[in-house]
Order: sequence, then structure tokens, then C-alpha cells
Amino acid sequence: MSARAASTRDVVITGVGLVSSLGEGLEAHREALADPARVTIDAAAYAPFSVHPAAPLEWDRQIPKRLDQKQMEPWQRLGVYSAGLALDMAGLKGDKEKLSGTQIIVGCGGGERDYEVDGQILTELPGAENPGALLNEKLMGGLRPTLFLAQLSNLLAGNISIVHGVTGASRTFMGEEQCGVDALRIAHARIAAGQGDRFLVGGSYNAERADSLLIFAMGGFLRKGPFAPVWNRADAPGFILGSGGAFFVLEARETAEARGATILAELASVVSHRSKRAPGAVKASLASAFEAARPHMSGAVAVISGASGAAGVTDEERDVLAEALPGAPVRAAGSRLGHVLEATFPVSLALAVLSLREGALFAPAAQSPGEKPMAGAPDVIAVTSVGHMRGEGLAVVRKA
Amino acid sequence: MNDSQGRPVVVVTGMGLVTSLGRGKADTWAGLTAGTSGIRRITRFPIDGLRTTIAGTVDFVPAEPFCAAQLSENFARLAAEEAISEANIGGKASFPGPLFMAVPPVEMEWDQRAALAKASNANGAISYADLLRAADTGAFKPWHDLFLFGTVADRLADAFGTIGSPISLSTACSSGATAIQQGVEAIRRGEADAALCIGTDGSVQAEALIRFSLLSALSTQNDPPQGASKPFSKNRDGFVMGEGAAALVLESYASAKARGARIIGRISGTGEKGDGFHRTRSSPDGMPAIMAMRGGIADAGLTPDDIDYINAHGTSTPENDKMEAMSCIAVIGERMKTVPISSNKSMIGHTLTAAGAIEAVVTLLTLQHQRIPPTINYNAPDPAIPLDVVPNVARDAKMAHAMSNSFGFGGQNTVLVLSGEPG
Repeated sequence: MSARAASTRDVVITGVGLVSSLGEGLEAHREALADPARVTIDAAAYAPFSVHPAAPLEWDRQIPKRLDQKQMEPWQRLGVYSAGLALDMAGLKGDKEKLSGTQIIVGCGGGERDYEVDGQILTELPGAENPGALLNEKLMGGLRPTLFLAQLSNLLAGNISIVHGVTGASRTFMGEEQCGVDALRIAHARIAAGQGDRFLVGGSYNAERADSLLIFAMGGFLRKGPFAPVWNRADAPGFILGSGGAFFVLEARETAEARGATILAELASVVSHRSKRAPGAVKASLASAFEAARPHMSGAVAVISGASGAAGVTDEERDVLAEALPGAPVRAAGSRLGHVLEATFPVSLALAVLSLREGALFAPAAQSPGEKPMAGAPDVIAVTSVGHMRGEGLAVVRKA
Repeated sequence: MNDSQGRPVVVVTGMGLVTSLGRGKADTWAGLTAGTSGIRRITRFPIDGLRTTIAGTVDFVPAEPFCAAQLSENFARLAAEEAISEANIGGKASFPGPLFMAVPPVEMEWDQRAALAKASNANGAISYADLLRAADTGAFKPWHDLFLFGTVADRLADAFGTIGSPISLSTACSSGATAIQQGVEAIRRGEADAALCIGTDGSVQAEALIRFSLLSALSTQNDPPQGASKPFSKNRDGFVMGEGAAALVLESYASAKARGARIIGRISGTGEKGDGFHRTRSSPDGMPAIMAMRGGIADAGLTPDDIDYINAHGTSTPENDKMEAMSCIAVIGERMKTVPISSNKSMIGHTLTAAGAIEAVVTLLTLQHQRIPPTINYNAPDPAIPLDVVPNVARDAKMAHAMSNSFGFGGQNTVLVLSGEPG
């Protein structure tokens, strides 16, 4: 089978798992998003920065063994949980044979720190006679041996293999927002080209982490002040991080049909770009992504944007959407559940599948005059991602 | 030219290396074939109170600030320069293909945390609230980009002008092999004619070493440092951390031939399999490793009888080496008793994220020179491992196809089948 001949295979979505500050699963998100003003915000824990904390989850429902839960930090648990939801929806949970041939591609970061140990060390270091020796002693004595496993990026995939038995093979992509785009692009390309039939793809992020906030605070990328939708942050540009995760079961159409799976949507195209950032670069990059994806966009088109609220690039995205798809209704996922970093693109894509399945785009966000109501059902949804530092992405999903 | 499955043949036209044995392929190859160890006492941070005090550090590459992220970037640049220069491909800073890059997960280190703590002017106990306050002053802006996961690859993409969104990836100890596998797949599906694949790791710092130490993964036989890494030996007691980078220029055979490039060898097959057994331990029956090897051999259109040499994962941990030996016997059969298998890690340590790429380059050098680097420190054979580990001394051999194994923490097993220049 040559790559050229194989590249015509359709890629379909047969399972979606989604968790965020708005709840768990597509139904909870449908309900929450019907209310234009509903957001869950914690403005106190990391003041002056806010976060959208994860909705409380009963971990046991997707991660039955307490030992497994203990060996993960929240960013991994959110991912393993949403991966489990996706497998449930695809009807694959517990199907050992199929799962042992299913590939995993994860887009994620890593972490997290032991805040108590770090605080102790930083408090004692300045007065230490031999700071290096103190550091060694405190780390050797203070760190939980298993914390390392909760920090390693590829251990989200590892935990999915262990908890859900998905053991085809796994790859972990890193690199903030863009790794979520690349995870979906590579899975799509491999299925289309016959380099795999079934993939579990997605990512997760825990915003309730001082160590992660710290990085973006250093860069001046976090919004300070009260909540506002991403399009409406001129007073204090920046993103509000949100906890969440989204996973998909992607299959070749023929693979899904052969097992009688319900096809939720077709993932028609994923474009991943890198522009050399300068004023106007994001606009040009997204414009060319829309050109590349245009053949897949016929019928009633809506947009779910991964705009973060970061200065400059958010305005450029708004402009390019208005030019590339004039009149198309736009929804910013970030205005509803925050910037989910590595999981931003997967989470936005999950909202797109929800909207296609419901036959209705969810309500415009409050205080977002640019978000117009949509009459009728969308046929196609374009999902965008613009990384705060780098990377631009576009997915096109169509009705099944 | 297509392979037996009708896909473009993927060849290697340029390679670069940085290891504890030296900068560039020539120095590392000379060291490896002389049986030289690059493992030494750690001098870059205090070793007081540590159970393990040795590593295969690369101490001749400066980095400012000195941290894993910057060091990994600098190693990768050196390796990529060498590989691209050998391949003589593209124009200045315009590599005609995508970048696939295995990088260690990066994070802020203690120098930076301590600087933030100091700048917070906190009285008494320091907490992350104090660090956040200091971060918010804007005085530490460059550290934001430095400690993003995607930055090393992004800077390399800028430096070498690769095409598209560079992919930073990790599959733990098989990352370097996964980067190569991504490049092979991109060429096979006709998406690219060339790919730059890199594995890099400069993460020998106190906390990283302590984390592995707390998992009891490291050798504690610190004296002499050069004797600690002893894959397949009865008295092996853990791996030794190493550093370095490797870069490979992959091309479709057709594209390489069309531009008259010198072909070093082929990536003829790749295999992989996940393992859901345990976070740090492989399935005791070796099935995932076995399936990865079988997958790689089948992907290359070969049979186990075609494999002339195995570049082992060979970490020197009690579990890995036993499991790997059993798995090789299961795949190759009775003939495995005479198929040479050796571990580069006996000399350069376990270069973690970079290992799969470094060992792929060394395997290609092995085929190119028809000479096998030894497994050094092999003085106490393990009766449970009845294999020809090319003990202590390099050896000439006639080889057409070799296999390079990489097995990762977290369950990803990746196998590359490498071959000489297509006839």
C-alpha cells in the first residue's frame, strides 16, 4: 500500500472525553455553555492571578485503584480521567484486544513540584554554610520517590496504558499549546496514510499550580484583575489558566464501521503552522491555514477559537477570522473555561464535536459582542489555536 | 526506490554526535572502539550526601545560564551542525524538511528559584506566593521562554531553518528512537523528502540525579567511576546517567540520489509496543520488547535470521538486562547465542532522552566501519544471560542489518532496524 494511495482514508471521531471547570462529559458542558455568563473562577488562591479550577471529579469512576490515583499528580489524573471517558463513549473500555492495538499520542507538559519541600529549601538556603550539601540532603530526605513519576511528561501516557490498558504504543509531545495541535495532526496524518488504524489522542493541564503560574507570570502573560472574556481584555491582556483535559478516539472510517461504532464527527483536516512571531505573523499564518483547509469547509461553518487573551495575537486572530470566514459565528473556548495550555486545542475540538452532535452551536459568551448567535445547525466547525509564544493550528471537523 | 511494502526507502545522509567521549562522531567512535569510559566523578555540583556521585557528563560545552534546558539546546546545535554539514543539504539555515526533537522535560532549577526567593524580599518562610510576587515584577522575563517545553526545538528550528511546526517529544528512555521514527513516518507518507531528527539530554543536575537515585535506578558503585556501568554483568547494580546529543539527516532514497548525496545507511524498519505493566518496570515476560523487535524486523521486510548485530538498550540495571536478553533470545532463537549484542551505555552511560538517537548513530557507524564497539566492564558474566556481549574489546564483523533497542520508563518500547547502504 503506497502512502499516496492510502492518504485518502477518512479519519473519524468515535469517542470524546472532556473535563474542565464546567464539569465532566459533553452533556455537562452542553448545559453549562447554555448559560452565557457561567464561569467558574478562583480569584483568591493565586492572587493577583485567577484560575478556572477543575470541577470536582470522583476519580474512582475512571481510575478505580487508589494506588494508581496516588501515583499521579492532578494534571495526570485529569488526563487519565478524560481518556477513560473517551474510551467509554467509543465503546472500547475494557476491550483488551482492541486496546492493546490502540496507539496513544499525548500533548502535555509536566511537573508538579512538592511545594512544601521547595519552600523549606528556599527558606534555609540563604543561611546555609554549604548550600549544595543542604540541597542534596533536603531533596534526598524530602522528596517522595514516586513524585518523579508524577512529574515526567510521558507518564500521562504511561498511566493511561496502566489504568486503561491502552498499549499499542505511545508518544508524548511537549511544547505548550502547539503540542496539542501536533498530537492531533500527526494522529490524523498517520491514520490517513495507513500508519495506524486507531488512536487515543489528547492532553490535560492542571492550572491550580503555583509552579506553572510562575512561568507565565515571569513572562507577563497572565491576566490580572477581574474575569473578562478573552476578546475583551484590553484593560489587562493575558490569559486566565484553566484546568481540564480532553481525549479523542480517532479511527479510520473503515475501522470504526467494521466494529459498528457510532461516528460522532469526521476530523477532516488538521493544519499545524509555525510562524516567526512578529506583528502580523499570526494573521498571515492563520490565513494560510484557512486557505489550506478551505476545501473541507462547505455548508454552515462556525468557529471555536482557542484564543488565549494574550496581547496582540488575540486581536490578530479576531481579524483573520473576520476576513477568512466573514459572518461565521465564533466562540472562544477560553472565555468559558480558561486557557488550558497544552490541552487548549483538544478541549476546543471537544466543544466542536459537542456542537455538531447537538446540531447547535452553544450560546455566545456574556460581554462578547463579537460572538453572534447561530441560527440552525453547523455542518462544519473550524477550531483554531494560537500559542502564546509560538505555533498556530487549525482543525476542521464535519458532521458524521 | 521503494521498500518491499511500496514505501519510500529512508536513508541517512548526515549524522552528528556529542557524548562524554567527545565532540563529533570521530572522537566518540574512537573512544567507543577503544573501550574508553566517559563516566567520571561529578564536579558541576556538590556531591555531599549523595549515594551516586558519578555520571557521563559532557563538561566541554558551556551554557549560560547553566541549566538543563540551555545545555540540551547547545548539545543539539552541535550535533545538528555536524549532521547537516555531512549531509551537505539545504542552504544556510534552510533545512528542507521538518524537525523531530527528543528533549528532556525542562523546568526551572534551583538557581532560578533561589533568585526569585531572594528578589521577593520575604521575611521568614518562603512560599510560592513569594516567588509569584517576584515573578510578577517582570525582572525575570527571559526565564519564561527558557523554561517552556517547546523552546529548545523552536530555537533549533530557527537556527537550522527547518520547515513547519517542530515537534518536541518524550517517550522517556526511548525518546531519541521515537524522534527518528517520526521522521521515517513523515518521509514514508510522502509528507517530506528530508527530516532532521535529534535527541538531546543535558540534565545531569542534582535534583534529576536524586530523583533517579530515590527510585533506586542508579549504580552506587562509584569507585572507580569508569567501572560502574556494566551491562549484562552479574554484579550490575543500576544505570549511570549520561549526557549528549545526536542528530540524523533522514532523506528518501530518491531525493538523496537525485542530489548526489552520500548515503551512510538506511532506517529500514521501526517497531514499537506499549507496556501497561508498571510505571518503572517492564513486563517480566518481555512481551512488549519482543513485539517491538518483531515489529521492527517485519517492518524492514526482514526475518530474525537477517539480524547480524544488536545495539542493546543494555542499561546495566538488573531487570532491564535480563529482560532484554530473554527477549532477544525469544525473537532471534537459538542463533542468538552467536549474534553479537553490545551496550554503548557501558562507556557513555544512559543518555536518557538522547540515548535512542545516539545509539542509532553508533549503530550506523558500526555498520559503516564493520566494527562492533564492546560492552566494557564485563568481568563477571551473568549465567542468566548466555550471550555474546562483545566483552571488553571491539571486534570486526561482517554485518548487513542491525537492530537498536530502546525501552522507556512509562512503557514505550521502540526498536530501529538499521542497514547498510542499499545495493
